[in-house]
Parts: sequence; C-alpha cells; structure tokens
Amino acid sequence: MGHAHESNTKKIWIVLIILTVITGVEVWLGILKPDSLHLSNFLGTSWLNWIFIILTLVKAYFIAWSFMHLEGEKTLFRRAIVWTPIFLICFLVTLLLTEGGYIYDTLGPLVKW
Amino acid sequence: MKSNSAVSSNKKETWSGGGVKPFGASYGKMMMWFFIVSDALTFSGFLAAYGLTRFKFIDSWPIADEVFTHVPFVHGEYPMIYVAIMTFILIVSSVTMVLAVDAGHKMQKNKVAWYMFATIIFGIIFVGSQAWEWNTFIKGSYGAVKTTEGKILQFVNEDGKQIALADFVTTERLDGREQHTKKNGLWFVEEPTIATYSIDQIITSYNEHPEVQVRTELITDQKKKTILSREEGSAQLAKTKLVVEGANLEVNEYGNTIFADFFFFITGFHGFHVITGILINIIIFFNVIIGTYEKRGHYEMVEKVGLYWHFVDLVWVFVFTFFYLV
Repeated sequence: MGHAHESNTKKIWIVLIILTVITGVEVWLGILKPDSLHLSNFLGTSWLNWIFIILTLVKAYFIAWSFMHLEGEKTLFRRAIVWTPIFLICFLVTLLLTEGGYIYDTLGPLVKW
Repeated sequence: MKSNSAVSSNKKETWSGGGVKPFGASYGKMMMWFFIVSDALTFSGFLAAYGLTRFKFIDSWPIADEVFTHVPFVHGEYPMIYVAIMTFILIVSSVTMVLAVDAGHKMQKNKVAWYMFATIIFGIIFVGSQAWEWNTFIKGSYGAVKTTEGKILQFVNEDGKQIALADFVTTERLDGREQHTKKNGLWFVEEPTIATYSIDQIITSYNEHPEVQVRTELITDQKKKTILSREEGSAQLAKTKLVVEGANLEVNEYGNTIFADFFFFITGFHGFHVITGILINIIIFFNVIIGTYEKRGHYEMVEKVGLYWHFVDLVWVFVFTFFYLV
C-alpha cells in the first residue's frame, strides 16, 4: 500500500455518530417541515430542500473521505476521481433541471385541473 | 534479460498489473475506483432524469411523507421513520466494513471474518426492508380512482385526512363483476386483478356520505394537495374510468404513474447493487475464512470490496434525500 496506515477505530465511531446525527436531523426536519423553511423560496426551491441537499453532501463527504479512505490517496488521483464526476454531474443536472422547468412552463398552463 | 522484460514474470504479480502502482494505488484498487466513478455517473443520470420529470410535474408530484408512512408490525402512520431506520442500518453496515478493512491492515483474520459477517447480515436486513417497502407500495394503503383525463382522485374526511375506499364504500357491488378464473370455466380468458369496488359503488357511496371529500393531485401554495368542494368532487368523480388500488408500472394510487416507475427503477437498481455487494461480500468472507489473504500476505481484497460497499451506501444517501426528503 502506498500510504502508511494506522488504526483509527476511534475516528470510525466518530464518523458513525456524525452520520447518524445528520440523518436524524434530516428526518426530524422532514417530519416537522417548519413553514418558515418549507414555504420559503431560494434559487428555485425551498430553504428546507437546500438544507437537505447540503446535509446530504456533508454525509457524502464523510463517507468518501473517511470510509472510502480518499484522504489517504495521492492528491492527483483523488482529484481525478472526485472532480471529474462532480463536474459532469453538475453539468447534467443543470441541463436537465432547466429543461424540466421549461417543459413545465410550456405544458403546465395547458393542463386543466 | 531483466532489462528486456517490461512486465515482471513473477506469477504472483500477474493480477496487479506487473506490480506497477501509478499514484500509489494498485491496479485492482484503481480499477475499482474507475468503476465507481462510472457507476456514480449512471446513478446520477437516473436521478437527474427523475429531477427533470419532477420539475415537469412540479405542481402535482406526490408528497413523499404521505406515500411512505408504514412501519412493519406497527399500526398507524409514521412518515419516513422506517426509511430512516433502513438508512441507519446501511450506515452501520458501512462501519462494520471499515472495521473489517482496519482489522485487515493489522492481519487479524478472525476480526476481519466477524466484521465481514456483520456487514453481510446488515446488508440482508437492508434488502429485506427494501422488499417490504416495495410490497407495501405495490399493495397501496388507501385506494383511489383515475379519471378519463388520467388524474388521480383520492378521498379525505372532514379533517382533510386521507381515508381508504373501505372506510366509506358500504354499498353492495351491483355490477356482478367477478375475477375471471380457471375454476369458473374461464380457462381461456386471462385478466389482471379487478378492483375490490366498482366505479358505481364508489360514486353512490360518495353521494351517501356528505363528510367525504375528493382530493386532487394539484399542490396549493401551502404545499398541500387541493381538496375539492362536494359539487366539484362530484363533477370530477363523474369522469372516473378506473378504480386504483396500490401502485405498479401502469397505475399509481398515490399520483403520477411515473413517480412509481422511477421509484421501482431507481430503488430497484440500488437494491440490485446491494444484492451484488452482499454476494461479493460472501465470496470474500469465505476467502478470509479459508485463509486466502493470510497466505497472500495482505487483505487488499477486503479493501476493494469495501470500496464498492461504501459506494452503495453513498448512493443510498442521495436516493434517500431525493425520494423521501426533498
């Protein structure tokens, strides 16, 4: 192995606690749905949704960095496998969500309720 | 001779690309990472397509915590509780996997085996839960009707809480319709399951129960589904073409059919990954037990299968957010 590995069981348990707490907060907010966050609007969606998305990215960070041990990989390798998909995903999501919004704007008014 | 050979002839090295380690990562580990990158892009494609469809039907998309409200062995409605437990189980299985990798670095064979075993058990519990979730979703909880315009109409009581068809449909079924079966001599006719109630039955019961109101898929400014007045409800019900109980790839009592399609497709694809992960884990588990990696001198294989397992967990974190929370 390219990197020296020291046992870090303590850190693993800390990450488990962090992930559990974040999931707990997400579910708690998801059940409560406070109106101030839920009915607000910021950049196309509610603040509540932004909180969910940000917390999800934090969880993803911990899983990839700690569990998948990306922190121990060589910097260039890490950048190659992290930033390539992030760039592609941002690109795709931007295009598709814009397109989805456009379809709604165009077809939505034609639907009779 | 040595200067001529680009690849080491040591047989042990064949599977590690001749022992060359660009970026300090072995051949196997690097390829696992490349696979994970490509698989991540596949999942992103699905989730992005889900996002597009959701934006397309942004004013009528089903509200997740009204769809996933059941917990096994418990009556009543507990939105998202069960899926939160499932998420926790998968995170714990990830932790036991890291512990297995960690023990592997210290060459502790028994510890690796036990942690792998725990990971497999948690994985099986997760897939079982997923199967239960599917079953509940397919069976449905309330029942609804579909109009000729393809809209789903659900029923609520005076408090605005959704009620099941069985809660207010009390009249007799008058159309004499029965499921075609072989034992009734209809061995040459096949038909899909017919609904418990006929359309006429539902409309008659609706007229007899003034407390029942019809709810449409349209979402209001308060992010709730629209509840129609009695008269409007009656007018909508007159357009009924189908009684819907549960969800499948063609109809969905909770709302848009494509919501069910994406649910089955994306959680199904993820579940398939989990099942694959469990199988690979089992293979590696037996390899650990018979001492393959002890002889090889390192437990890198556990690390590689661990990467895959964590990736499955990583994907679930996103599926959880975009299907159940957002």
